[in-house]
Amino acid sequence: MAAHRHPQILVASDLSLGDVVVLGASGWERDVASAKIAYDGAEAAALEAVAKAEAAANRVVDFYLVDVAVADGTPTPLHFREKFRFVGPSVRPDLGKQAARSEGDGR
Amino acid sequence: MTAHDPTLPPRPNAAPIGYAYDEHDRAFVRERVAEFRGQVERRLAGALTEEEFRPFRLMNGLYLQLHAYMLRVAIPYGTLTSRQMRRLAEIADRWDKGYGHFTTRQNLQYNWPKLVDVPDILEALADVDMHAIQTSGNCIRNVTADHFAGVAADEIEDPRATAEFLRQWSSAHAEFSFLPRKFKIAVTGAEHDRAAVKVHDIGLRIVTNDAGEIGYEVIVGGGLGRTPFIGKVLREFLPRADLLAFLEAVLRVYNRFGRRDNKYKARIKILVHETGIDEIRAQVEAEFAAMDRAPFAYDGEEFARVAGFFGTPPYEDLPERSEALEKAKAESAAFAAFAAVNVAPHRQAGYAIVTVSLKPIGGIPGDATSAQMRALADAADTYGFGELRVSHEQNIILPHVKKDDLLALWRDLDAAGLATANAGLVSDIISCPGLDYCALATARSIPIAQAISKRFSDLERQRQIGPLGIKISGCINACGHHHVGAIGILGLEKKGVESYQITLGGDPTLDAAIGELIGPGVSAEEVPDVIENLVELYLAERQEAERFIDTCRRIGHKRFKESARREGEDGSGI
Repeated sequence: MAAHRHPQILVASDLSLGDVVVLGASGWERDVASAKIAYDGAEAAALEAVAKAEAAANRVVDFYLVDVAVADGTPTPLHFREKFRFVGPSVRPDLGKQAARSEGDGR
Repeated sequence: MTAHDPTLPPRPNAAPIGYAYDEHDRAFVRERVAEFRGQVERRLAGALTEEEFRPFRLMNGLYLQLHAYMLRVAIPYGTLTSRQMRRLAEIADRWDKGYGHFTTRQNLQYNWPKLVDVPDILEALADVDMHAIQTSGNCIRNVTADHFAGVAADEIEDPRATAEFLRQWSSAHAEFSFLPRKFKIAVTGAEHDRAAVKVHDIGLRIVTNDAGEIGYEVIVGGGLGRTPFIGKVLREFLPRADLLAFLEAVLRVYNRFGRRDNKYKARIKILVHETGIDEIRAQVEAEFAAMDRAPFAYDGEEFARVAGFFGTPPYEDLPERSEALEKAKAESAAFAAFAAVNVAPHRQAGYAIVTVSLKPIGGIPGDATSAQMRALADAADTYGFGELRVSHEQNIILPHVKKDDLLALWRDLDAAGLATANAGLVSDIISCPGLDYCALATARSIPIAQAISKRFSDLERQRQIGPLGIKISGCINACGHHHVGAIGILGLEKKGVESYQITLGGDPTLDAAIGELIGPGVSAEEVPDVIENLVELYLAERQEAERFIDTCRRIGHKRFKESARREGEDGSGI
């Protein structure tokens, strides 16, 4: 098993809608803060096993593990690409997950 | 209901403005939609795995991108009717997020469709004789052409009839549906190249020989991406009668000898480079000589029939000079600037070609809202026989505007936020979607374009600088054509952050050149300063009427490289 330098979360795309999801404690979530965090290789492998089964069940596609930093139990992707995936286009704050959050905030 | 609604009787002055589908074309597209609908249903029901489904969705232009699916719609040779443009707007509103992105290959991309909706979107496209077939996959892609086709003052022949012939030949071509890699063809019929034919897998130039016959110069093996090459001349003059058979021979040679072991070396440019143009020519000519050419026999009547779809609209008999235009220019400096920058000569007296910039200052290059699409469709109906074009520079062209109407058109465009007078200038930047949308990108490109555009927001200064092509890609695949930008910008990742390499001296025209790197990458924040330094050196050094690229060539790369260094630095960060 490969060395595990950072905590990881499992990211995928919803099959029918195409939007980005993370594997959470009770299934696929839209908010990265809800992701289940793997702190070692065994936990990461367990996440992958669930994702593999979910992909086989045609709920998600293109799943992979993402390195994160964890602060107060909340994961934040380390790489800028993955950060963008959980926000939306940096040039269109009205689109993507950031837009949904704004609506949720009543803004 | 629109002026182009097929249920309405034709307008008295209705112009032939594009290839008209017959019942076979319509049946073919409808069958593909039905087929894909079934494939989507089976995928969602679990009867197809993603591995099985992926080639099917790609054959229909559907990608899975960074945030969502992306659907790429073909706009063959860039020609659109107002009715088709309105349908694109309707789709954007109903199934996407109210806008579309016009690309460098005369396609339109929707960035947010849901898989479950795509069959309905394709059905809506089929209603107006459009589709997304072969906008992805290792096949012959959408055939592109000069966006001034049929109206350019320097034109030998309208390239769209040729492009339509190639479209019919290549659509659902069984032998070329699984090539080593994607294959892109561009056609130009003018003296000046506005189709970038030297950086396509095959570029065709319509030319005349010493006997006055029309034929084609065939250029092969051009392309950008991680290994950029300028295409090489395969045939200086190919008679029209041999066109389809000869291209069939080229594709057969590529299909047989193109590398399939390494996708990064699979394009025909690599085959041409590694094999040599003389050997490729020998192979193509041998195949051409040996093949059964009967299926590709030239039918002059059929060519004339297709060419008739791109006939001359019912122009009015007008004087070349428009007093109304001259008066309007004298009264409005802003309009005069628009007329000077975005209006090009037309072959018909009293008419002009108008480039509508999709690059407002600080905007997203190539994006148009559904309201803007409708405004463009209205403008086309009011001022241009209902016809529009998409340029590979990600702008929209209105090809038949009376000079007398230019002021009224400009006012309409201004009301829709479409009157930016920057066509061909420093803020008319080609940009790929980059890491804001694209799953392949390694850095963002749109914010860089926006920052440069804002830096040079003064349109008067832009006019003083003159023609300058800045092109930006967010990864080495070079969808933003950075290699052929007079200033090219390539976004990469360096040590976990976005980094931008600057190249200089690229040119997409018949004087095609690949830009040279001026040094190591810079940060996103530094890019506008570097561009500013390059422009300042050009302004200081240019001789009368020299364009940026001319000065670049005259004074040399080294001088510009030095100018990119900032005061107090040794240039190590450039």
